[in-house]
Amino acid sequence: MLAHPDLTKLIFGRLTLDALPLHVPIVLGTFAVVALGGLVLLGAITYFKLWGYLWREWFTSIDHKKIGIMYMILGFVMLLRGFADAIMMRAQQAISFGDNAGYLPPEHYDQIFTAHGVIMIFFVAMPMVTGMMNFVMPLQIGARDVAFPFLNNFSFWMTVAGAMLVMASLFIGEFARTGWLAYPPLSDIASSPDAGVDYYIWALQIAGVGTLLSGINLLVTIVKMRAPGMTLMKMPVFTWTALCTNVLIVAAFPVLTAVLALLALDRYAGTNFFTTELGGNAMMYVNLIWIWGHPEVYILVLPVFGIFSEVTATFSRKPLFGYTSMVYATVVITVLSYLVWLHHFFTMGSGASVNSFFGITTMIISIPTGAKIFNWLFTMYRGRVEFEVPMMWTVAFMVTFVIGGMTGVLLAVPPADFSLHNSLFLIAHFHNVIIGGVLFGLFAGITYWFPKAFGFKLDPFWGKCAFWFWVVGFYFAFMPLYLLGLMGVTRRLSHFTDPALQIWFQLAAFGALLILLGIACMIIQFAVSIRRREALRDVTGDPWNGRTLEWSTSSPPPKYNFAFTPLVHDHDAWWMMKKYHYRRPLDGFVPIHMPMNTGAGIILAGLSFVFGFAMIWYMWPLAIVSFAGILVVAIAHTFNYHRDYYLSADEVRRVEASRTELLASHV
Amino acid sequence: MSDLSSTVLPGNASAPPLTFYDTAESHPPNGTLLGFWVYLMSDCLIFACLFAVYGVLGREYAGGPTGAQVLELPAVAVNTSLLLLSSITYGFAVLEMQRDRQRPMMLWLTITGLLGAGFITLELREFAHLISIGAGPQRSAFLSSFFTLVGTHGLHVTCGIIWLIVLMTQVAKKGLIPANKRRLMCLSMFWHFLDVVWVGVFSFVYLMGVLP
Amino acid sequence: MSAHDELQHAHDDGHGHDDLGIHATFGGYMTGFVLAVVLTVIPFWLVMGHVIAKSSTAAVVILALAAVQIVVHMIYFLHMNAKSEGGWNMLALVFTIVLVVITLSGSIWIMYHLNSNMMPSMMDPANLP
Repeated sequence: MLAHPDLTKLIFGRLTLDALPLHVPIVLGTFAVVALGGLVLLGAITYFKLWGYLWREWFTSIDHKKIGIMYMILGFVMLLRGFADAIMMRAQQAISFGDNAGYLPPEHYDQIFTAHGVIMIFFVAMPMVTGMMNFVMPLQIGARDVAFPFLNNFSFWMTVAGAMLVMASLFIGEFARTGWLAYPPLSDIASSPDAGVDYYIWALQIAGVGTLLSGINLLVTIVKMRAPGMTLMKMPVFTWTALCTNVLIVAAFPVLTAVLALLALDRYAGTNFFTTELGGNAMMYVNLIWIWGHPEVYILVLPVFGIFSEVTATFSRKPLFGYTSMVYATVVITVLSYLVWLHHFFTMGSGASVNSFFGITTMIISIPTGAKIFNWLFTMYRGRVEFEVPMMWTVAFMVTFVIGGMTGVLLAVPPADFSLHNSLFLIAHFHNVIIGGVLFGLFAGITYWFPKAFGFKLDPFWGKCAFWFWVVGFYFAFMPLYLLGLMGVTRRLSHFTDPALQIWFQLAAFGALLILLGIACMIIQFAVSIRRREALRDVTGDPWNGRTLEWSTSSPPPKYNFAFTPLVHDHDAWWMMKKYHYRRPLDGFVPIHMPMNTGAGIILAGLSFVFGFAMIWYMWPLAIVSFAGILVVAIAHTFNYHRDYYLSADEVRRVEASRTELLASHV
Repeated sequence: MSDLSSTVLPGNASAPPLTFYDTAESHPPNGTLLGFWVYLMSDCLIFACLFAVYGVLGREYAGGPTGAQVLELPAVAVNTSLLLLSSITYGFAVLEMQRDRQRPMMLWLTITGLLGAGFITLELREFAHLISIGAGPQRSAFLSSFFTLVGTHGLHVTCGIIWLIVLMTQVAKKGLIPANKRRLMCLSMFWHFLDVVWVGVFSFVYLMGVLP
Repeated sequence: MSAHDELQHAHDDGHGHDDLGIHATFGGYMTGFVLAVVLTVIPFWLVMGHVIAKSSTAAVVILALAAVQIVVHMIYFLHMNAKSEGGWNMLALVFTIVLVVITLSGSIWIMYHLNSNMMPSMMDPANLP
């Protein structure tokens, strides 16, 4: 291309025009659609002169509520990408029998199942869970923001940078073909010499920085910033599960960082940790990554247990049954989740004593989880249950999750696992708990807290449509996989020879189509709700007759959350305030100390994206420059001592007075 | 104010009124030190992984040099003393900080930084020597895990030194304001934490590594 | 941002020393230092002077001394006690130590088992065919 091939190589590393997928029509078509959509979006933002607004009010915002909302948006966008991967796999497996090779070549299919797993766990479930904790938890504990508001913004943008790297791999080069955990020796440089695994490593490392910092941040927030009177045993259950989740994040993600760093060293520096020669041991990678991987499961599901607890109590009009046992169950799960990791590789060859130890711990961990299910059931028992959409998701969760839990206990028995390991039975099991648990819970939480975030409820009709399509679609999509797994079909296959199996894959594909309709209903639901927002408006700030402090503020809450710090006397603080005829304070406001917006987070994350991209493609000069840039910006940011300001009492009075007016006009 | 902020229990006028919010300006306690401690705990787990890797692969010599052949204890003893001395000099800096005596504090910080730099220099010399005799990190799993564990610790010390320089500049510019004192305490934790990790390194890697 | 930054100075000033939580003393640092020196010199002397002939015994002694020294550092240099930050520091430390022990012992146990089951020849040269 240029006159000096050496110079080109220095600047662009191993990135050449061949890396662009000009010869793959599917990817090219996707690229055209994405590029067109992106251009339309950017054009619209420019046309409506929204850049300044977005930059000032959202991108540089350190308001935990806005960051929480941005996390949710990121999660939802990535859900669309991850689901597109899913439906491509379902389509491929439904048709690829006998002479029909399907429409996806194996190397493309392998990228799709890897990307699907990585995206769904790291860039859908994690951002949504983090976003939920970010938005709700400070409101629930009566705090004005998180402990480190700048770090919160930075964490979010690092997650975005990681997601953007995964998305870039779609069009520049390729993604890993190794499965979502990139086991060596397949992921070693000898077996995967292209950029795919490097995309995987750097996307996860960069997003991992964000996750770890956000974990520390939220943990310290819960420990330090609870409203006076809110002792640990008076915290809302969602806050408790958020606390345990962040403990798990802080304690598990360093392991992922370390093990991916070692894999990167193997690939970049020629070390021999997980190679097959010179003493390397690939099994050590499997061992280490599951020390992270199993707690990760609970990182996702614990906050969701919290959501279900809030939803069940609110819509059953009763305090949660067995609050104390719920808390202890959560804590026990937190600790036990570190003692079960070997059940992911029973078949790797440990002896009977190791396998039975981890089999038994795995069965034990299902006990506290079972206790939680009973708590929810007993909360509903003799309650006046209102089947609003969040409650519907909760009931569907209880049924579905119990099935997934039981197949999990089945897999915990090592001899059974020997025949089911890596089969579609396993795939059905973990989708059963992750969709039936995490996703249903997130959808319940989104419907439940949406009016708090935006000031109007989501349209219930389209919510119910989405619910039924999702739930029925889930059963159609994954129950056949249990059967196929029992018949011995293994995972990650792109072609089959036995025609007797085809009907089950077609059923599963039909289920995926139903889920597609469910997602479409969700998008319609958002659109319809925005159009009908005046009819769905929540003026009280407490649309569901809630129990916890977030419902005591307006919807959406003012940026300072609470004009005065709440004082807590019992759990279900807001319920108690209502019982004692609490009256909103109307004057006597004092200036409120607030953190100031900063662009440092998005700049650092942007530089990290460039650094990651340069490392992936061996662009060493760019890597050095961007790394130096990260250091300089980070250090320069520490010289900024001017990070907060006071919101004047007049401003607070003005905001509170307008709410008083609003409340009075809707009595 | 109080009539608004409190409500008497209905039908029980003698009970103390319940207040549901605090009219004074509230300051939640600063969480920086706790947050930094939690970060250190997570860092500790990174080291735990590297120790675990060394524990598993530390005897996989692959026909290459063994620990007893390449690890030189006298140099490690010097290095250990440098790091231990730097811990106590940082402690002296903290004592001066408590008395708000900026100049002696800066002096102790400088000495701490120099001791840290000496540690890094010796470690780099050791690494260069190992690589020059063909015992680089690519040679065997033992050497991979050795270089990574010791090198990660060294990288942390290097970061500590850079942070120390930045912080000294900030103290010089702004003085011993509360924000800077908090940062000095964070760095103090970081520095002592690295010394704790080094205790693990010299015991588990060097001393046990040369045992027959 | 609204222009009330001039009020900002009021924020930090009230907190000063109390926020830092600890009160280090010269005696504390010196005690820690002396103990650390002793606990460092003993294992180096044990290994460099070939005092203990049996490797496994030497390893146990070295690890025990390291554990003691880590406790010394924690108490005298990192000012760890059950009360700082309302006990959360200690709780975090104990939890971390538990996880470190699980990670280290679990990994070594599992990998030892794998090696002995899957590569018997590696563990015992006598098994070579």
